[in-house]
Amino acid sequence: MSIPMGPAWIEIARRDLLLAYRRRAEAANPLIFVLIVVALFPLGIGPTPQALARVAPGVVWVTALLASLLSTDMMFRADFDDGSLEQIARSPSPLYATALAKMAVHWLVSGLPIALMSPLVAGLLYLPAPAMPALLLSMLLGTVSLSLVGGIGAALTVGLRKGGLLLSLLVLPLYVPVLVFGSAAVDSAAAGLSWSAELAVLGGFALLAITLAPLAVSAALRINLDA
Amino acid sequence: MSGVWSFLHKLGSPRWFYRISSQWLPWLGVLAGGLLLWGVVWGLAFAPADAIQGNSFRIIYIHVPAAFVSLAGYYMMAGAGVVSLVWKIKLADVALRAGAGVGAAMTFCALVTGSIWGKPTWGTWWVWDARITSMLVLLFLYLGVLALYEAFESRETAAKACAVLSLVGTVNIPIIYKSVDWWYSLHQPATIKLTRAPSMHPDMFHPLIVTILGFYVLYVVLLLLRMRAEVLEREEKARWVEELAQGRGLAPESGG
Repeated sequence: MSIPMGPAWIEIARRDLLLAYRRRAEAANPLIFVLIVVALFPLGIGPTPQALARVAPGVVWVTALLASLLSTDMMFRADFDDGSLEQIARSPSPLYATALAKMAVHWLVSGLPIALMSPLVAGLLYLPAPAMPALLLSMLLGTVSLSLVGGIGAALTVGLRKGGLLLSLLVLPLYVPVLVFGSAAVDSAAAGLSWSAELAVLGGFALLAITLAPLAVSAALRINLDA
Repeated sequence: MSGVWSFLHKLGSPRWFYRISSQWLPWLGVLAGGLLLWGVVWGLAFAPADAIQGNSFRIIYIHVPAAFVSLAGYYMMAGAGVVSLVWKIKLADVALRAGAGVGAAMTFCALVTGSIWGKPTWGTWWVWDARITSMLVLLFLYLGVLALYEAFESRETAAKACAVLSLVGTVNIPIIYKSVDWWYSLHQPATIKLTRAPSMHPDMFHPLIVTILGFYVLYVVLLLLRMRAEVLEREEKARWVEELAQGRGLAPESGG
């Protein structure tokens, strides 16, 4: 075991990335989920390209929302169950930074791959090519907010045995603004309009979430640890 | 300041709360009933009919006050959450739990009356209108707090977790409202219009003020009733609750 060299949050991020790397197969699960759910829509709606292209921005965004949500449940759980979260919380380094590091790793491991894969699945739904840059960039910014807001839900439910369904009740209403502006950016681009305003708003959401979400997460983690 | 602190200290005593709320409730109940009766009779029977919507607009005297109170109720709940987290006053936990239930009921009331109003105005029970959609999301936020509270075994932990969640919701509510407004203006179908005059005639507006005030007082009454039930449940082992149950009444605390 190596002696920690840098600040605690860097070490935590390094450890979490290493853990994710050791379980590479798990990282594919959100991507497979996105692929399967997107493949269900043509089966439900019908294979007409016009109909699918019309709903593609919303479908891809809602699917990304669900994939991000399902992967948040485990964000703090393993560390909570084996007691290392308690050690982290007791250490002198601020829990704010540690929580932010853990959520950043979550984004790198699940949000970023989902965003990178989104043009591919949108292509399956006949989203026009000019809308692809808007989809990719809005996903890159939007999934940051999704990981951070999802982190709040994961931290609140970390002490509960059955967190999963409850987590979605807590978090999905909070995802509404990201969904609205994310799919609107893609819609605008598909209609040939400017989509920089929507992207700017998504960037604003991400900054707000980076600033405030770790506060809520560290408070929620401490509440569950004290229980 | 010392007056404020002694008031806060007293608020920490469930027994004091139970006694003082017993004294307030009859007055508040009469006030709420009187205001609602006055406002509703005035609005339903004496206010002029709307030029476009006719008499169907009169549901506004229930719908708008319920919507006002449901939003204010969320902020009350979050305020109770702050008090609970910062000063660790148990009564704030009770207020948070009670506020979530009453607030969800008010939001549901606003949604149902909005839906009933939609039928004659828009020709359909449900419209994805910006305000209705925001109300729906608000109901989801309330239901989330209720679900989270029920999930914990310990009431203390549940109340703290709900306090954090309601604070997160407080930051999010303005963002959600603005997003949904913007979403609606982007997607608004041309056939559906809210055919309400841009500014209300004073004869229609004055009864509305009365019913809004009435709903606020009604909210306080319902909140106090729920809080009293919750206090009794939490303090069921306390002697004053036992004495109350045996019908011996509630004596003022000795020493105040």
